[in-house]
Amino acid sequence: MSSQNEVTVIRSDLDIVTARSTARDIAKSLGFGAVDQARIATAVSELARNIFLYADSGKVTCRSIERNGRKGIEIEFDDQGPGINNVDEVMRDGYTTSRGMGMGLPGARRLMDEFEIQSTVGVGTTIICRKWRT
Amino acid sequence: MNGLRIPILKVENILVASIQVALHDASAIQFKDDLLQKIFETRAHGVIIDLTALDLVDSFIGRMIADIAAMAGLMGTRVVLTGLQPAVAITLVELGLELPNVLTALNLEKGLDLLRQQTTDDDDEVQEATGYVVPE
Repeated sequence: MSSQNEVTVIRSDLDIVTARSTARDIAKSLGFGAVDQARIATAVSELARNIFLYADSGKVTCRSIERNGRKGIEIEFDDQGPGINNVDEVMRDGYTTSRGMGMGLPGARRLMDEFEIQSTVGVGTTIICRKWRT
Repeated sequence: MNGLRIPILKVENILVASIQVALHDASAIQFKDDLLQKIFETRAHGVIIDLTALDLVDSFIGRMIADIAAMAGLMGTRVVLTGLQPAVAITLVELGLELPNVLTALNLEKGLDLLRQQTTDDDDEVQEATGYVVPE
């Protein structure tokens, strides 16, 4: 079902750049066009920055996937940060903390085809998002 | 590791900065500080930030550009964004990022034209208001 994982550990702002170029490279190799590459790389940038800002560290895993004959990319964001108290609230447009612009999570969701978030306060957050080739 | 600085050039009374590499957060903040200092030192009328070579603008870089435009505006300097790639423009809008107060132009040349035009308009306004011709 899936190929090998490309893992980027997020510890600094430089790792955000690494994570998004890794995702872009995989998207490119899967045949995604320029606009989708930009969408995927931007979503990774937003979500990897969330890890850096709110959880200090975590990891981003990119893999190619296939479902019903369609190719796609799946990116997983894991952290053991503080977790999100009210997921519905942060998924709303315009929700912001002092450090964000209020578009990180809802913006990233709009850029991808599928978006799943699981978060437990005090345990951490996992986000899985996918984009399929058209 | 943080030695990356974006060169800022001066053409007539306009500053031109072309961002050629993927910016990480620290280099973006450095650029903002450098640019504002340069505006102050050179009393530039306008600033062009050229993004032709940039294949991604996320909310962090977008916010930095919006901040620069707002801060430069307070100093009396206009900011024009040029050379946005189609994929970048599409992504910015889908992400939900708006850039109020930021002028845009298709490319560097049109950006320069826009700023020259605006500067001339400003001078005309002063002339109308005071009856004096603004010396160049």
